[in-house]
Amino acid sequence: MGSLFRSEEMTLCQLFLQSEAAYACVSELGELGLVQFRDLNPDVNAFQRKFVNEVRRCDEMERKLRYLEKEIRRDGIPMLEIPGECPEAPQPREMIDLEATFEKLENELREVNQNAEALKRNYLELTELKHILRKTQVFFDEMADPSREEEQVTLLGEEGLMAGGQALKLGFVAGVILRERIPAFERMLWRACRGNVFLRQAEIDTPLEDPSSSDQVYKSVFIIFFQGDQLKTRVKKICEGFRATLYPCPESPADRREMAMGVMTRIEDLNTVLGQTQDHRHRVLVAAAKNIKNWFVKVRKIKAIYHTLNLFNLDVTQKCLIAECWVPALDLETIQLALRRGTERSGSSVPPILNRMETLEDPPTYNRNNKFTQAFQNLIYAYGVATYREVNPAPYTIITFPFLFAVMFGDLGHGALMAAFGFWMCYKEKPLQAKKIDSEIWNIFFGGRYIILLMGLFSMYTGLIYNDIFSKSLNIFGSSWRQNYNASTLTENKLLQLNPDSPDYLQYPYPFGIDPVWQLAEANKIIFMNAYKMKISIIIGVFHMLFGVCLSLWNHLYFKRRISVYVEFIPQILFLTLLFFYMVLLMFIKWTSYGPTPGAFGSQDPAIVKTSAYCAPSILITFINMMLFKTDANTRPQCDDTMYAGQLQLQKFFVIVALLCVPVMLFGKPYFIMKEQKQRARQGHQPVEGAAENGTAGGAPVPSSGHHDDDITEVFIHQGIHTIEYVLGSVSHTASYLRLWALSLAHAQLAEVAWNMLLRKGLMSTDFQGGIFLYIVFAGWAAISVSILVLMEGLSAFLHTLRLHWVEFQSKFYAGEGLSLPTGSRFEVILDSAGPGRGVN
Amino acid sequence: MGCKICGPKLSLCGLVLSVWGIIQLTLMGVFYYIRAVALLEDLPLEHSPDEKVDDPIEHFIALAERGYTQNAYNCWIAALLYVITLVVSGHQFWMNNRSSVSM
Repeated sequence: MGSLFRSEEMTLCQLFLQSEAAYACVSELGELGLVQFRDLNPDVNAFQRKFVNEVRRCDEMERKLRYLEKEIRRDGIPMLEIPGECPEAPQPREMIDLEATFEKLENELREVNQNAEALKRNYLELTELKHILRKTQVFFDEMADPSREEEQVTLLGEEGLMAGGQALKLGFVAGVILRERIPAFERMLWRACRGNVFLRQAEIDTPLEDPSSSDQVYKSVFIIFFQGDQLKTRVKKICEGFRATLYPCPESPADRREMAMGVMTRIEDLNTVLGQTQDHRHRVLVAAAKNIKNWFVKVRKIKAIYHTLNLFNLDVTQKCLIAECWVPALDLETIQLALRRGTERSGSSVPPILNRMETLEDPPTYNRNNKFTQAFQNLIYAYGVATYREVNPAPYTIITFPFLFAVMFGDLGHGALMAAFGFWMCYKEKPLQAKKIDSEIWNIFFGGRYIILLMGLFSMYTGLIYNDIFSKSLNIFGSSWRQNYNASTLTENKLLQLNPDSPDYLQYPYPFGIDPVWQLAEANKIIFMNAYKMKISIIIGVFHMLFGVCLSLWNHLYFKRRISVYVEFIPQILFLTLLFFYMVLLMFIKWTSYGPTPGAFGSQDPAIVKTSAYCAPSILITFINMMLFKTDANTRPQCDDTMYAGQLQLQKFFVIVALLCVPVMLFGKPYFIMKEQKQRARQGHQPVEGAAENGTAGGAPVPSSGHHDDDITEVFIHQGIHTIEYVLGSVSHTASYLRLWALSLAHAQLAEVAWNMLLRKGLMSTDFQGGIFLYIVFAGWAAISVSILVLMEGLSAFLHTLRLHWVEFQSKFYAGEGLSLPTGSRFEVILDSAGPGRGVN
Repeated sequence: MGCKICGPKLSLCGLVLSVWGIIQLTLMGVFYYIRAVALLEDLPLEHSPDEKVDDPIEHFIALAERGYTQNAYNCWIAALLYVITLVVSGHQFWMNNRSSVSM
């Protein structure tokens, strides 16, 4: 079992695979997902590699599968998820079968589609003809109307009808056109034929399906009457130009009727044929839909294997492939086993050879995680992947992250809601995982389900400490405060104070968390809570930062940077302890040494007054004075100037030592490096591998980066930046932890507003209708609580917690300059990284 | 059996809301019934100004007592209404689930 505290030790291995066994071996390694192969022929372009053909074939298969998928989607057939586990990578010979299957399916589908399209086109023509016959009938009927005919005769007169000595014969064409083209069409006809044609049109009510795009289009039937051949050609040209389809339309009514009958029967026939074609297509697609996901995985796996094989070198005899890979040292056994399995499967007799190589390169970082720690590791990795073998902050984050979140989100009710949601996601983990919901937001929540559960539980704890449940308090153990005022005082005063220096306070605190009475103290609740929460935030913050600095010691020791321990770690921790940890101590001194003396309430005895709350100093002022070497004039003559004897001298000493730490941090390391270089120069210029004092020499050799004289300035600059960052950072980071208080206050106030503005309205009625009103108001209050207090406030508290970890905590020890070994199934990873290589086809 | 009024999301929402409502309102009812001081702020305590009272404290206590009892009952009524909501949305949820399975 690898440890969570550091990344795994990696070794570079050389792998000799027999050509026949290579495929099976890589497939086994891919299922394992522990190996990262290096590209051994980086200058060979994608087209010249050995397995280009295979990759191309896979691309072709993928294309066919995508076509199938598209067709399946178009018909709305549900695709079956892969039952159980993912299919293994198929054998190379299976690839031919797959290819054949896809080829057959694609051809069949294309043929069916072509036929269907031809049929549909036919069908469209017939329907259009049907409409023409039906609609034009009306026009013809109008013409045949005897009364109209007479009208015509009278209008045109004898000469009109017999113009030019021959009988006036009107020709006509009938057709169908897209409805939106009608106005332009009409105008064009009018202009081109100078108003000598007569257009009638009627809209087809039902939309028709365009066979090529399968869109629904609206069309109109038109009929144009004209006289003479010249006009006829002109009209036909215009029709062509407007993409109108013309249909022959017989002149005599009897012919038309006959034609209509014929068209109807043909439409019926076509309908049955079309139905059968659709059925056939559906059957083919349903059969394909059962397997398509499976096929996709298989093809992707084959493709990934060939991509990997393309990274390998061919040896001179062409008999074996040589690979180089990074392997976690602890997993060598498993990898050997996988290789043996691969060899057996391929039936090869020669076992693959795996041997370790010495290298000076930086290995990739690989952390072994389970589903619980992975979420926290991801939070850390979002900032930066740990440098190889560096201290991994993830295990500490598991506790500190939910805790700092909870300090800001402290509310028993809201915490319970969050914990319930997290618990449900953890409890239903498997079914929810199997569902594969595609929503991005859902996936974020589901990926962080353990974080959410822990954050909820910790918030419930801090909610109990704050004694806050939806801005109300729970009086579990009985408050320690009593009121001892008499009746007249009670009736006459709006606000009354309970003095802790009197029998009002029972002189022992509420056993757990904050006394519930504070929730009712409208006048000074916020003042009291602020003092408490601010101090708590600073205390937590200083401890968090001190812990971060201590982790840097662990790093220095592991990488054997002895000098860094003396000139970096020790001054750093001294600086932080003497200034900020001292301030935390002052807070505890203040809490413990000032307060009422039981049995001597309100006594004027100087000894008692000195320890009373009246004499309690302000920590902030004390701390500022300490930094400025200044003492304020004592405005309270009964009190002592200091909190304990010798405080001023001790504080002066602390500040001076802390300030002395700064030059040590600034010049210590460059000085030692310079000294070392001079020593080396005196001993003669022998190359020293891995500057042990400063390099990253752990156990693994590092690329020799012996310090030259010219980068001593760089060391100075680097150290200067680090020192300034640390010193200024200590101040600003300590202040930054006050966000714990600020967000907690905001959350408590918002919860109170939500309760007072909404739920209280439902509780203010004096009769039983209030119950119904409460029912409605509660729903509104619940919605506000979830959306604003849990979701939005939760998100903001989450982000602030993330910042506290990334900036305030990790800046003390974490470099985060590593390269990640991609985890999970290698197949997906390879394909993702081989993005540009995909352009082979 | 029965008709489908709301979709799967609304019925789930109703389900969660009513479970929450039942738990919280029942508990609040209990707390009002045992006269929890923390809930004192949420009582209807304003009395009409023209009303003459001899002993304001006695009067205040009487008002508070009445308010506590009334609010306890009101909370339980609301909780009961949420029980009905729970049954209805549970039925709807069941209907939605069943119809999606049979499809």
